[in-house]
Amino acid sequence: MSGLFTADEWEIVLLSLKVSAVAVVLTIPVAFALAWLLARGRFAGKVLLDAVVHLPLVLPPVVTGWLLLIAFGNNGPAGRWLNEWLGITFMFRWTGAALAAAVMALPLMVRAMRLSIEAVDRRLEDAAATLGASPMHIFSTITLPLAVPGLLAGAVLGFARSIGEFGATITFVSNIPGETRTLPLAIYGALQIPGSEAQVTRLSLIAVALSLAALVASEVLVRRSGHGRGGHVL
Amino acid sequence: MSFEIQVERQLGERTIRAEFTAPGGLTALFGPSGAGKTSVLNMVAGLLKPDRGRVLVGGEVLFDSEAGIDVAVQHRRAGYVFQDGRLFPHRRVRDNLLYGWALASPEARWMTLDHATDFLGIGHLLDRWPRTLSGGEAQRVSIGRALLCAPRFLLMDEPLSSLDAPRREEIMSVIERLRDKLELPILYVSHDRAEVERLASQVIELGG
Repeated sequence: MSGLFTADEWEIVLLSLKVSAVAVVLTIPVAFALAWLLARGRFAGKVLLDAVVHLPLVLPPVVTGWLLLIAFGNNGPAGRWLNEWLGITFMFRWTGAALAAAVMALPLMVRAMRLSIEAVDRRLEDAAATLGASPMHIFSTITLPLAVPGLLAGAVLGFARSIGEFGATITFVSNIPGETRTLPLAIYGALQIPGSEAQVTRLSLIAVALSLAALVASEVLVRRSGHGRGGHVL
Repeated sequence: MSFEIQVERQLGERTIRAEFTAPGGLTALFGPSGAGKTSVLNMVAGLLKPDRGRVLVGGEVLFDSEAGIDVAVQHRRAGYVFQDGRLFPHRRVRDNLLYGWALASPEARWMTLDHATDFLGIGHLLDRWPRTLSGGEAQRVSIGRALLCAPRFLLMDEPLSSLDAPRREEIMSVIERLRDKLELPILYVSHDRAEVERLASQVIELGG
């Protein structure tokens, strides 16, 4: 394998994978909580919350990046707080790239998870209640297992989206080799240099392969957990 | 063991009302579709909250709007057999049967898995997934699941309606044996007169 990629390309691919994996793993609980609220909650301001969650999907990514810069920059309110209490900084760091990827992936993950929660037959939950199950027990033995295929699909979609994240990342944390230069940023950077078509092609093929692998993985995961029902997400 | 039911609930344009007292045996709630039979059953189970009224089973108050009593569904110990079975699709037959059994307190249990599978003739189905069962098999499993949760009474909502004639006969004889051998009070919803005449110890007419 090491002969297939240059050291530079390895660094780019591994960084992309790290940024996306961290972004998705940290976003799963947040996305699930939001999906649950939107699927099952009844509260004032639900429409507004729904809109805010979906905002990164429709905002120009450069605006999202700029908002992240204001909030999570070294002098931003959230950025300063996280730096003081947890020692986390985002500026020009891969953590910032992960945060940008997480914010951009959130709407997709919430959507997929919300659909899977809404698809759980409430009548099965009623049946479980008559059999003596408390709401917590119903959640962990009925609702959650039945929603798992959709949750996995949401996570994989989020991962694929994170791999492709560009606009918010370059605005928020710039394009720094080894730190924030993920696949799309590396491709963009190579495009600026005359005569680098070969490298652009190679990096683009890697991007296609990674995205394809993520989508196939999600199908396989969902089929395996479908109790032989052959459910799928795509 | 008896049912003392007096409930009222507004559902959209309709007002569901039922008032009856029934001793043990199988009490059929009989009436046309849309009369609110299932809603009455759900109010006894605790799945639907009456606007006002009382629900007593075996002298125990499960719901009383005036006294502010509303026992939670999971504590009512009703064995509910649904029209559509409602087996959990992600659990094998064995785990469906044991779902309520595992949650019941050991001293409240009055049936074992072996006893239930013998009684219903479903021992050979234990390792199957619900989706692979025929309609009659699924309904027997769902009856077994309800019996195993240590219920003090049974609620049955048209348990025969999704079955063809031979399967109906098979499940009907199961219900007769439930009624006669287990001496469990049963509230039974149906819109089929022949079925009601054969099974019911008493009939409550609703709506129409």
